[in-house]
This record gives sequence, structure tokens and C-alpha cells, in this order.
Amino acid sequence: MDGLFGTSVFSPMFLSAQLALVTTVLLILIGTPLAWWLAQTPSRYKPVAQAVVAMPIVLPPTVLGFYLLILLGPNGAIGAWWVELTGDTLTFSFAGLVIASCVYSLPFAVQPMQNAFEALPRQTLEFARTQGASKLDMFFAVVVPMSVRGFVGAAVLSFAHTLGEFGVVLMVGGNIPGETRVVSIAIFDHVETLNYAAAHQMSLLLLGFAFLVLFGMFVFNRRWSIR
Amino acid sequence: MTAQVHGDPDTAISLKHALRRDTFELDVDVRIPARGVTGLFGESGSGKTTLLRCIAGLETDNSRDIRPIHQRGIGYVFQKPQLFPHLDVRRNIEFGLRRSHSSRVDKAQVVEMLGLETLLERKPDSLSGGEAQRVAIAAVLLRSPQLILMDEPLASLDQRRKDELLPYLDRLHDELSVPMIYVSHSIDEVSRLCDYLVLIDNGKIVGNGELHEMLCRLDVPMLSGPNAGSVIEAKPEHYDSDYDLTRLGFSGGTLSVPGRYDLESSNVRLRIAANDVSICLTQPEDSTILNVLGARVDEVQVVDTAAALVRLEIGTDYLLALVTRRSVVRLGIKNGDRVFVQVKSVTVKR
Repeated sequence: MDGLFGTSVFSPMFLSAQLALVTTVLLILIGTPLAWWLAQTPSRYKPVAQAVVAMPIVLPPTVLGFYLLILLGPNGAIGAWWVELTGDTLTFSFAGLVIASCVYSLPFAVQPMQNAFEALPRQTLEFARTQGASKLDMFFAVVVPMSVRGFVGAAVLSFAHTLGEFGVVLMVGGNIPGETRVVSIAIFDHVETLNYAAAHQMSLLLLGFAFLVLFGMFVFNRRWSIR
Repeated sequence: MTAQVHGDPDTAISLKHALRRDTFELDVDVRIPARGVTGLFGESGSGKTTLLRCIAGLETDNSRDIRPIHQRGIGYVFQKPQLFPHLDVRRNIEFGLRRSHSSRVDKAQVVEMLGLETLLERKPDSLSGGEAQRVAIAAVLLRSPQLILMDEPLASLDQRRKDELLPYLDRLHDELSVPMIYVSHSIDEVSRLCDYLVLIDNGKIVGNGELHEMLCRLDVPMLSGPNAGSVIEAKPEHYDSDYDLTRLGFSGGTLSVPGRYDLESSNVRLRIAANDVSICLTQPEDSTILNVLGARVDEVQVVDTAAALVRLEIGTDYLLALVTRRSVVRLGIKNGDRVFVQVKSVTVKR
């Protein structure tokens, strides 16, 4: 990837989109069972789990980034294991950014799905079970189609939120073109070097994109609820 | 143990469930016939729904049955129909069919029986409450369950929708071979639809038996107040078009009811509430009441300080009369007396 869009204004854009996409896919995969568990569990540890999941919302990105840097660094628990596995370090790499983004955007994926799951009428799910559906079968045949709004919300928010991250990326990824130089970092860099034209260009693109994505989601929600 | 259909499906289903909640305790051990409709009758809060949920496996009780819900072969019709909003009617009723290993039910027949032909392409949110309940019942039938549980399927409907759905339930009763437990707190529904009756109060079974026999028992408090009344089977014999009355014959004589009933039909089920029956020592000649029958006093039971319940034998059938205790004393009514009963109103149940 290095050099593909090397100096272009689109390189950071492309990198950001790629990071957001990978993160979103991973978060839907990880977040769905987590959200289902949170929605269903009578466990008394549920508030603990909920608090942990929600922490990235309130923590300053630098705090999160600091801990992730330690954890993902070559001497950290995950970082050391990664080095052993791949020979590369996680920090200042795209893979490290993906892990950091997943942590950072987790609540934005889990909460819409959890809300959607909790809103499902319990008896409808029970009806599915008495009609011969196993738990897994019920999940895919009834829960997923009835929670489409939750999934769309989770995907859109994870994507947009990952796109907009700055602090965590800076701490964990640094500013390596084509590897970790995502659009928010690039904008910061342009401003630092007083290249306002480039900063304008990117900021405007991001602004328009953010609006379109959110607008699209709300239109979708409206359509869906009217049906 | 749950609704285990014992070796011979013609014998009985054993229901054994116990569960304890903060303020409520369910402790049930009863056997019901493995055919026909069993009414589970009790006040709200008596544990009817909890018992059904235990049978279906939706509630964790102390039963030894650890089969998961979807492998129990039990169909559950909820009070409010629970259809899948993202599927049309056809796919809703096929949901269980596709997950059933041995389908013994003909889809076209079920669709016809519940009058769903014109609804198949509709989405659940466009159905009326009664239509949705018919779809839910069809979905349950197509799953070919070994036992069907119905939790007050009429309770969430208004009277018009109820009247609309009841004939379909009659058909189920007449045409279905699958045993069914029908939960209700309405003695009218139970009298109409059930063959066997289980009474539940405060989580305990307080009586069970054939519907006709149970309704004639005087020692069951639940059935001695406003719910008291008997059910008899009668055959339409003659229609009087001048007065729009149909004469129905039963073991103890005839009863006339307003309206026209199909003379070709087999027996109809009549419910006669104990409140609508009064007793005379001599044959009344000048009463507005049409139905006067000779009867023998079978038993007198004091209900409370003011009321008494009298069981009257007429042919091989029984009627109940709810009268004042004072009248019993004044007329000297005692077991074995020959009396005349006036029946003020008869409800044809089906």
C-alpha cells in the first residue's frame, strides 16, 4: 500500500476508510454476541460489563491511547505476543490501529445492537422457540431480521466514529504515511505546517461525508419504522 | 417431568410441575386425557399461565425434563398473537412447518380450516387481532405438535372479534386429533370448547374431571357462585317459523331456544346457568317462561348464608339451580323430591 497513493490527498482518506471498514466488520462480529449477552443476561455482573464497554465514551482518547500503547507495545502483553507471532510490532502499524479502533469504537457498535435486542418482545422469541427453532436458529431467523435498525445503527456509528478518531490513533499509530497516517492526523499535520489549503480540502470532504452518512442512516430509520 | 405423552397416546398426559417464586408457589401433579380439549380454569393470578409456561419449558421449574424448548413438540398459542413482523403470513405459518421433522398436517387443510386463503401475502401488522390469532393457531398446527397449549387466545380481543374467532376454535375441537390445553378464566368459553376440566387455584389443582361431571359438582367453590351452571347436549328437532323458535330434544325432554338451528346437525351443546333456573313444587300454568321441565331433586348444597345450589336430575342429565336458602326452607326442598324447573334462558354453545 505504501506509495500507492503516497503523496496524494487521497492516501489518508483511503487509509481512513479502510481502517473504518475493517473496524466496523470486526466490531459487528465481536459486538453482536456481546450485545446479545448484555441484553439477555440476568447476571449481577452485567453493570460491570456495561461500564467497561461504555468507558471509551467518557475516557479522554489520550488515556485510552496511553494504555493501548503500553498494552500493544513490544513489551506489552498483546504486543509481545504479536511480535512473537509475526515478527512485527503492533504499535505504529495498521494492525495496531485496527485493534485500538475496535476498543475505541466498541460502545458505538454494542449499544445500538443491545438496545435493539432489548426492545424485542420476549414472547415473540419464545414463540420462535416453541415453533421448533434452536437458540442459534432463532437468532438468525428472528432476532437479526427484527433488529436490522440496530445493526445499521451500529455499523454507521462504528464507521463514522472510527473515521473521526484522532487522539488514540496519534498515540498508538503515530504518523506514518500509507500505514497509520489517517485523515484526521493528516489534517492536523497540514495545519501544523500551515498548509491550510490541504487542510480545507480534507476537512470539507470529511464534513460532507459525515453529514451524508448520518443523514442516510436517519432516512433509513424513518423508512424502516414507517414500514 | 413435563407433558410426557405416555406410551399409549390414548391414555393420559401427566403434568407434574413445581416452582417457587417470591410470593407464589406452583405445585401441580395431574393427569389429563391425551385427546380432546382440557380446560384449565382459574382466576387470574392462580398460576394458569405459569403452568403452561412450565409445560412448554419457558419457565425453569423443578421438572426432570431437560429437553430444550424447541425439542418438546409443544405448540403454544399466546394470549397476544406473536407473529414474526418481517415475514408474511405464509412464511409465518411455514416457520414451524419447516422446522418440524414429521409433519402430519396438511397445509392446505389448515389454511382452509382457519380461513387464511386471502391473508397469505399479508404482513402481520396489517392483520386484525382475530386474524393474527388465526394465523398464530395455523402456525402452531402446522408444526404438528404433540400437545397444543392455548393461553386465553380470546382475551385480548373485543367481543366482535371473539365471536368471529370462536367458530374456528369449535372446528379445531371437532376436527383435531391433537390434545389441547385451553386456559381461560371464562366459564362460558370453557363450557363451549372443552371436554375435560382442570381447576387451579393459588398454584394448586383443586379439581379435575369430565366437563359435564365437574360442572354438576356442588362441592367445588369455584363453580358454585356466579360460575355455576351445567352443560347438556341436545339435538335440534323442530323449527317453529311463526315464533322463530327451535325445539331441542335431550334426555329429559325438550327445550325451546330462540333462533333457527340446523335440524340436520348433530348435537348442540347447551349451557344453562344456575342463575337462570328456578324451582316450583307444582307445574306453573301461567308463566312467561317457556321451558318448564319435570325433575327430581338430587342434592341440595348450601353455598353461603343466603344462597343454596340445587342439583336436579332430568333424564340422564343434570341442571343446577341457584336459589335462596330461604326458598329451600320455605318450600321444604329435599333430596328425592319431584319438582318442576323453569329455565329462563339457555345459551347454545355450539
